[in-house]
Amino acid sequence: MTEHRDTNPAITVRDLRKTYVVPEREAGLKAALTSLVRRKTREVEAVRDISFDIAPGEIVGFLGPNGAGKTTTLKMLSGLLHPTSGEVDVLGFTPWERDRAYLRQMALIMGQRNQLQWDIPVIDSFQLNKAIFQIPETDYRKRLDELVDWLELGDLINKPVRNLSLGERMKCEIAGSLLHYPKILYLDEPTIGLDVAMQRKIRSFVAEYNARTGASVMLTSHYMADVEALCKRVIVIHHGTLLYDGDLAGLAREFAPQKTIVVEFEEGEPVPDDRLQAMLPAEASIVSRSDAGLTLTVPKSETARLAGRLLAELPVADLNIEEPPFEEVIEKVFESEAKPVSERAVTA
Amino acid sequence: MSVQERQRASWRALLEYYRSQFAIDISLNTAYRGATAIWVFSSIMQPLVSLVVWRTVAGPDGEAGGFTADQYTAYFIMVLIVSNMTFIWHMWEFEWRIRTGAFSPLLLRPIHPIHNDISENLSFKVLGLVGIIPAAIIIGIVFNADFGGTTPIHILAFIPALLFAMALRFIVEWTLALAAFWLTKVSAINNLFDVMFLFLGGQFAPLDVMPGWIQSLALFSPFPWSIAFPVEVALGQRSGTEILVGYGAQLAWIGIAGAVLTLVWRRATSKYSAVGA
Repeated sequence: MTEHRDTNPAITVRDLRKTYVVPEREAGLKAALTSLVRRKTREVEAVRDISFDIAPGEIVGFLGPNGAGKTTTLKMLSGLLHPTSGEVDVLGFTPWERDRAYLRQMALIMGQRNQLQWDIPVIDSFQLNKAIFQIPETDYRKRLDELVDWLELGDLINKPVRNLSLGERMKCEIAGSLLHYPKILYLDEPTIGLDVAMQRKIRSFVAEYNARTGASVMLTSHYMADVEALCKRVIVIHHGTLLYDGDLAGLAREFAPQKTIVVEFEEGEPVPDDRLQAMLPAEASIVSRSDAGLTLTVPKSETARLAGRLLAELPVADLNIEEPPFEEVIEKVFESEAKPVSERAVTA
Repeated sequence: MSVQERQRASWRALLEYYRSQFAIDISLNTAYRGATAIWVFSSIMQPLVSLVVWRTVAGPDGEAGGFTADQYTAYFIMVLIVSNMTFIWHMWEFEWRIRTGAFSPLLLRPIHPIHNDISENLSFKVLGLVGIIPAAIIIGIVFNADFGGTTPIHILAFIPALLFAMALRFIVEWTLALAAFWLTKVSAINNLFDVMFLFLGGQFAPLDVMPGWIQSLALFSPFPWSIAFPVEVALGQRSGTEILVGYGAQLAWIGIAGAVLTLVWRRATSKYSAVGA
């Protein structure tokens, strides 16, 4: 998390804010008629003063529950949306000015949206992108070969998009969006709805693309496997507010106050309940228990002391201290209040 | 690279883009050739109905508004051709694009979205001619069209009039369509605009049959310069200075719409909320 500090950031975001004004009215005929003459609107703060930097070549997971403001942020960074206030600099450009030189260096890929033409062969859409992004013929041929190879597209590119499965379509969408080899890649749930094998393929492709081209990648995904596989660093946003910016392991430290201790007893030496209960601090709770062993969760501050006592006083064959699964941590984060947990977490 | 070289390169790139986009648009329109054929057929019906009505009004030997029955046939044949060549549907598409966020991919291309629509529009018109030209010939024969006023000079003068009309109607309607960024639901405005076109553009009847004050009003709108003017040039009803004034009016409207487009484009897209996109 510190290695990108010494280079100029590829993406700099400062106090970015987006407020939508949405019409509001109650159900029913009376409310409908009233809204004819008097319109009520309400301001929804989708993104509230978020700031972060992303280094060239960095892959960052951008996490948050539905409606957290992830997609709104990506839309501002790509140039689709104008923010209400704040500053963004991507490769020296202000995205929403939509400078052509900027648009030629970035790609926004949305898992739920098609950019390829539905009724014509994939390769025709690729040819169009070649003209749109002014890709020289030799570069185009080379990149097409590479992308076909990396994504195992084979003959798919000659089929009309409507004849492809969801996974095949997504692979073609990605290839089409990357023919210009963007330096900045925004991926908004690229694996949504795909089977596990296809998710894995897309993940390894993103890693490969990043390694070969040195592109910066911002990835949103509800599949934590995507994030764990690709992102050393995650930014967590909730109700439009930045909750956490730091490495993946730190997220568990920050948001999961408990650790799990898994104990296996020596064979044929069961431990009576009352003896066990006498050792456990009040905050510990037993997740599972059998004659062969037990699993319990303990506050972090108690973990070392309790593990020591268990090892010293019980016939322990094996003992493991584990961080809670990432899925569980993230669930905790999403359930937390929408305010920064600590200044340290945000500025880490 | 000098400024001139850069400019040449960017024109070359634009031309290359149009080549690719046009090829795709033609494939798309042919992929849905049934739908395209129905659109073309329905665009033939409206002038055909007007033609039958006005022929009846003029009667076999008489005239109405200075047109004989056979001259009405020639008039509506030209209306059919000019309407097809100037037709633009993007006003209707903008509402959908903005409501659903379908505009997003176009906005993120390093090329102005208007080029996509120009190509889409031209490809439809070119394909439409495959149905329109035979229909015009058949109608001409069946209803005995009288092109007596048309001379080679008028045909030559018709070409720029038609090209300007195509540019005029496209840019005026495309600019007006930007209202969708503020209003989202613009069908009502579109409907009003279409009705104005029907009456002030000369699609429903030649402007000569309209009351004088409507004719004067129409001259200060873009409508007659998009349809009626090229039609009248082709039929030999305009000559000399009138044609030059017409070109001037067309270019002025193209300039006005172009200036408004340049002024409001950035402001319009800053309103874009990219819902669901």
